[in-house]
Amino acid sequence: MAKAADKTGSGGKKNLKRKAVTEEPQEATVAGDEATESGVQPAKAAAFPPGFSISEIKNKQRRHLMFTRWKQQQRKEKLAAKKKLKKQREALGDKAPPKPVPKTIDNQRVYDETIVDPNDEEVAYDEATDEFASYFNRQTSPKILITTSDRPHGRTVKLCEQLSTVIPNSHVYYRRGLALKKIIPQCISRDFTDLIVINEDRKTPNGLILSHLPNGPTAHFKMSSVRLRKEIKRRGKDPTEHRPEIILNNFTTRLGHSIGRMFASLFPHNPQFIGRQVATFHNQRDYIFFRFHRYIFKSEKKAGIQELGPRFTLKLRSLQKGTFDSKYGEYEWVHKPREMDTSRRKFHL
Amino acid sequence: MAAAVARWNHVWVGTETGILKGVNLQRKQATNFTAAGQPRREEAVSVLCWGAGGETQILVGCADGTVKRFGTEEGVFQGQRHCPGGEGAFRGLRPGRRLLELRVGPGLCRMRQDPARPHVVATGGKENALKVWDLQGSEEPVFRAKNVRNDWLDLRVPIWDQDIQFLPGSQKLVTCTGYHQVRVYDPASPQRRPVLETTYGEYPLTAMTLTPEGNSVIVGNTHGQLAEIDLRQGRLLGCLKGLAGSVRGLQCHPSKPLLASCGLDRVLRIHRIRNPRGLEHKVYLKSRLNCLLLSGRDNWEDEPQEPQEPGELPSEDRETDELWASLEAAAKRKLPDSEPAQGALQSRRRKKKRAGSTSP
Repeated sequence: MAKAADKTGSGGKKNLKRKAVTEEPQEATVAGDEATESGVQPAKAAAFPPGFSISEIKNKQRRHLMFTRWKQQQRKEKLAAKKKLKKQREALGDKAPPKPVPKTIDNQRVYDETIVDPNDEEVAYDEATDEFASYFNRQTSPKILITTSDRPHGRTVKLCEQLSTVIPNSHVYYRRGLALKKIIPQCISRDFTDLIVINEDRKTPNGLILSHLPNGPTAHFKMSSVRLRKEIKRRGKDPTEHRPEIILNNFTTRLGHSIGRMFASLFPHNPQFIGRQVATFHNQRDYIFFRFHRYIFKSEKKAGIQELGPRFTLKLRSLQKGTFDSKYGEYEWVHKPREMDTSRRKFHL
Repeated sequence: MAAAVARWNHVWVGTETGILKGVNLQRKQATNFTAAGQPRREEAVSVLCWGAGGETQILVGCADGTVKRFGTEEGVFQGQRHCPGGEGAFRGLRPGRRLLELRVGPGLCRMRQDPARPHVVATGGKENALKVWDLQGSEEPVFRAKNVRNDWLDLRVPIWDQDIQFLPGSQKLVTCTGYHQVRVYDPASPQRRPVLETTYGEYPLTAMTLTPEGNSVIVGNTHGQLAEIDLRQGRLLGCLKGLAGSVRGLQCHPSKPLLASCGLDRVLRIHRIRNPRGLEHKVYLKSRLNCLLLSGRDNWEDEPQEPQEPGELPSEDRETDELWASLEAAAKRKLPDSEPAQGALQSRRRKKKRAGSTSP
């Protein structure tokens, strides 16, 4: 009977239940099976023997009744506490302590030692001389080849066409069952800088392979939540031929930097601000959200946006050094779910 | 200060940006050493090996064809030697004097020296079968391995030896291949085919090391999977978790059950291989890591010592000169227009570029 580790603690009456329910099991277990277990309990001792909990009532209806009563009591106490706190804040006015910041998974993220420090010279040198250096030194301008897996269906074909309107200087080619390893040398000889392959499964696009061409890394993404233009509500008119600006949000770690640079090297360097178009790659919790908008400044501080263009979500599966060679290539980063996804607060990008 | 720090490094790692990093695991610190003061990608370190004279010198093989000497006590690069001839990056280093050239063939992936018999080296590569050379003997390899029989479709099994190790206590060699096979060869036995063959995984095995007991090897593949394979039975003993990128360097400590691994994910990891198997240390080093050297000494604790007095330096210079002077001659195969010169013996990967193919 002295199973004191119950979540409701001792006392059967609902007005004995405490708000801080979590404190009770600890106090109860520590104190043992005494009737006056902890000093914080009120003087109105329980009529029921200690160690009682609602879950021990065998009758389902009565148990449910007790539980709803307990829940209502909890809610009332919580509202009362909130009101009291609000009154205190108002009474203090300016001297009130700042509101506590709620905890989210994003701000509870575990410290990642690979987050790039902007002053770090070694990383800066590494980035300045990596495979994208020729793009960032303005020596090459991007030329993209977009293709799909073999025999694509309507959605994938439309996505390719819409992507080629979003990315300037891109060409869509039908994949006639050709092997990627044979396509890549031909692309290199025709001066393509990037290859995008959209993989399709059961009539929907579900994967993206992005390979930087002369000898650059190959990233393999899972694609989800694909919305074509006609499925986007309240969208603007089709995008024009102006070169868009790019926004890369939240690519903080070293791996994130590599992927961010990979996306940046898809678009030409000098955006045309007249076009007022912007492509956004927003990374949050290892998911990369792609959006394409047109913006307009309504006043000094307010801007309006219209979503054009396709929208999709990407998740990185692997980053391979060298051009596409999934069997014999060397991987720089591989997503291993059972090893890497053990913590909800650890992200890699 | 750099000297004192350099002395107590447990692991030396070479990177693709040309930086040699010394990592102290007690303090979890890494110090960078570069020859020119600035990292240069042309000097990407491809091989590291201990120089002659214990663990006081490191020979660093770089991608531009130079071999540099680095003193661990002082923490400075002491000299370098340019080694022309052959194409491609260094695949193995061995302390010696003369500049030798051996025609090994194209597609070389690894050269390794037998620690018990320093004049014996083994080479292997892509479509380049395992050959054991005796540098004091003839110019033909002492042992040339034969390919295994055709597979069940009667197709020739391709060869791609990625890493070779000599087993202590006998003449046997272990190789790991890019076709995820681990093979044991015995030159003493009459058969030239492998004595034992096992497979692990589905990805090319890139690095291999022997465990201290000598009965098993630990291999790593391009997906970052590490596995311990028993050589007596050809059985998988267990795997090690943690790496996210291709494994480039593996080394076990000679007495303690520790394994150092480095790879393309820019992290150096030290695992404990038995009781219990798990990760001990993890150090983030900011560049892609190519190769590593684990110091084999037994005391890993930091000893607070004052830096050495300057009076000791001249004597060390004399010692290093003597080391350079003590050499072994070896046979040369090239034409006599290449003179013997001081340097380190190495072998290079002779690459034959096929038209239209890009190297991975």
